[in-house]
Amino acid sequence: MDHSPRPIAAIVGPGNIGTDLLIKLQRSAALDVRYMIGVDPASDGLRRARDLGVETSAGGVDWLLEQDVLPDVVFEATSAKAHEANALRYRDAGIAAVDLTPAAVGPFVCPAVNLDNYLAADDGNAPNINMITCGGQATIPIVAAISRITPVPYAEIVASISSRSAGPGTRANIDEFTETTAHAIQSVGGATRGKAIIILNPVEPPMVMRDTVFAAIGADVDQDAITESIHRMVAAVQQYVPGYRLKSEPQFEDPRPDWDGNGRVAVFLEVTGNGDYLPEWAGNLDIMTAAAARAGEQLALAWALTRPAATTQKEQVAAK
Amino acid sequence: MTSIEPAGTNPPVRIIDTTLRDGSHAVSHSFTIQQVADISRALDSASVPIIEVTHGDGLAGSSFNYGFSAVRDIDLVAAAAESVTKAKIAVLLLPGLGTVADLREAHAAGARMARVATHSTEADVSIQHFRAARDLGMETAGFLMLSHRTAPAQLAQQARIMADAGCQCVYVVDSAGALLPEGVRTRVDALVQELGDDALVGFHGHQNLSMGVANSVEAYRAGARSIDGTLRALGAGAGNTPTEVLVSVFDALGIPTGVNVEAALAAAEEVLAPIVTRMPVMDRSSIVQGRYGVYNSFLLHAERAAVRYGVPAHQILRRVGEAGYVGGQEDMIIDVAIELAGLQRQAAEHNERVPA
Repeated sequence: MDHSPRPIAAIVGPGNIGTDLLIKLQRSAALDVRYMIGVDPASDGLRRARDLGVETSAGGVDWLLEQDVLPDVVFEATSAKAHEANALRYRDAGIAAVDLTPAAVGPFVCPAVNLDNYLAADDGNAPNINMITCGGQATIPIVAAISRITPVPYAEIVASISSRSAGPGTRANIDEFTETTAHAIQSVGGATRGKAIIILNPVEPPMVMRDTVFAAIGADVDQDAITESIHRMVAAVQQYVPGYRLKSEPQFEDPRPDWDGNGRVAVFLEVTGNGDYLPEWAGNLDIMTAAAARAGEQLALAWALTRPAATTQKEQVAAK
Repeated sequence: MTSIEPAGTNPPVRIIDTTLRDGSHAVSHSFTIQQVADISRALDSASVPIIEVTHGDGLAGSSFNYGFSAVRDIDLVAAAAESVTKAKIAVLLLPGLGTVADLREAHAAGARMARVATHSTEADVSIQHFRAARDLGMETAGFLMLSHRTAPAQLAQQARIMADAGCQCVYVVDSAGALLPEGVRTRVDALVQELGDDALVGFHGHQNLSMGVANSVEAYRAGARSIDGTLRALGAGAGNTPTEVLVSVFDALGIPTGVNVEAALAAAEEVLAPIVTRMPVMDRSSIVQGRYGVYNSFLLHAERAAVRYGVPAHQILRRVGEAGYVGGQEDMIIDVAIELAGLQRQAAEHNERVPA
C-alpha cells in the first residue's frame, strides 16, 4: 500500500457546485481536501464546508496563497472573470488548477476522452485544465466514441436541462455555452464541425438532464462497431458519473441528399445526478462536479510526482 | 378592454408577416432565393411594414434537430432585403441556438429588426441578445413562447425582463394554438398594464383550434398593437393567423393596418399559392397539438417519427404534451416514438401469449 501523503486540494467558490464537489472529493478520499475559499463571511457555503470539517476562509485567493501549507490542486468554481484573474497566481505558486468556469485558460478536458494527454506537466509549470460545459461533458464522449470508429464530418448536440438548474451566469451568457461546446465537439470530440443547442425546460417536477447527440457518418460505416464503441464509452463515463446512461440503443438513419449524402446516428442520453448536495435531476451540474473530481484527482497525483523540486519542499513541510 | 370605435378613431395596428419564417416549418425549410425574393416583393408592394425571414427555428436553426435549410438563412435575409423598397426585414433568434455572432451576420445581410424568442418563463436568457441588437441599431421584439402555459401575472414579469433589456415590443406567443380569446385577453392585458409606455405588446397566433384571427382581434381589443400573420396561414402545426384574412377583418372593423388589402389578397393568391403545394391543415394531429398545448413546429417531426417507428403521430404529440416539452426539444419526439414503439411491441407480445 502507498503511504505517501495524499495531495492537498482547495475549492475556491463555496456555491452549490463547490459544495457538491466537496462531498464527492471527501467520499473518494484520493485527495486531502483542506480548504474551501469564498469572499463572503456570511456565506452558507462556507458554513456548510466548516460543518463538513474543512478549513474555510472568506479571504479569497489572497488568503489561500498566504497559507504555509499550499494546496497541490485548486478547483475553481467561481466565475470566468475570477479564474482569469487567479489562473496565473495559481501557476506561479505551483498549484495545479481544475477550472469549472467558462474561462478556459487551459485546454478542454473530458476525463473519459483526453485527460491522459494533460497529466504530464511538460514545461514544469503547474497545469491548468478546463471542464468545458455540462452539455460538453455529457455529449463529447459519445462524439469521440463515434469518431474513433469512423470520420464524423458534423456532430450536433442538444442538451435539455431543468430551468432550476441553470444559474444566473449561464443565463446571462448562454452564447458561451453554445460556442464553447461547439468548439469542444470539434477539438475534443473529433468532429470536423460541431454545433450545440441548449434548452431550458421549466416543467415541475424538474426534468432530469437529457442529451441527444446527432452525428453525420458515411454511408458504408460499420454500425455494430459504432454501437459497441458507444457502449464502451458509456461504461467509461459511468466510472465517474454513475447516473449516466443510454435512453435507447443508438438509432441509425440512411443517407439523405439534404445531409450531404451522409447517414446519421442519433444517441439519446439521460444524466441523473448522484444527489450528493445537488438534487438528482440536476444531472448537468453533477456531471461537471463528477468530471472535475475525477480530473482533479488524477491531475493532482500526476503533478505531485512530476512537479519540480522547489515546490516539493513545500509539500514536505505540508506533510508534517 | 378597449372597445372598437367608429372608423377613423381606432388606433393603428402593425402587421408583421412571418410567412418566410414560421412558414418555413411548413415547407421543411426549403425556401429558395427566388421564392423569398418573390414573396418579399409581394408583401412589400402590399405595404406590409415588417417581413420576418429566417429558418423556422430562427438564426442557426439549420440542423439535424430542426431540419437543414435548403439555402442559408443569411442568404435568404439578403435576398429579401434586396427585394423590398419600404419593408423592414426581421430575423428570429432563439437563445441557446442562435448567438450574437449570428445576429451580427444577419444585420450585415440587411436585417433591421431582431425578434428574440424564449420559453415563456425563461426571458432572462434573452438579455444579451436584446442588448446586442440595440447596439447594432436594430429594432427589437421579444417572443414569450407557449404563453398558454404561463399565467398572466407571471407572463407580465417575464415581459418586464425583456423590456428592461431593450425589447421594444413583447409578444404573447400562442405557439401551440392553444389559447382561447379569454386567455389571450388576460395575458395581453397583463402585459399592457406592466409595460405601459415602455414597450408595445404583440400577439402571435396559430390556427390549431381555428382561433388565429379571432384571438388577434381580441388581442387588439386588449391593447396589442403588433400582430403576426402568414400568407394563407402557412406555418407550423395547423398554420398561423392568415395575414390576408387578418387585414381584411381589421379593415372591416375600421382598424388601420396600413396594409393594402387587395395587394395582400393578391400576394396570397397569386404569389404564395403557386409556390406552396402542401398547405397546413387543421387535422387530428394539429388539433391535438392545440388541445394539449404542444409546440407547433413538432408536427412534421412527429409525422416523420411516426413513419420511422410505426406509431401514430397524434399519440406521439399527446405524450410530448404530457411530458411538458418546450420549443426546441424536437429530439425528444424521436425518444418518445422509440418509447411508444417499445410499449406497442410489448403489448403485441402480451396479446400473442394470452389467447383471447
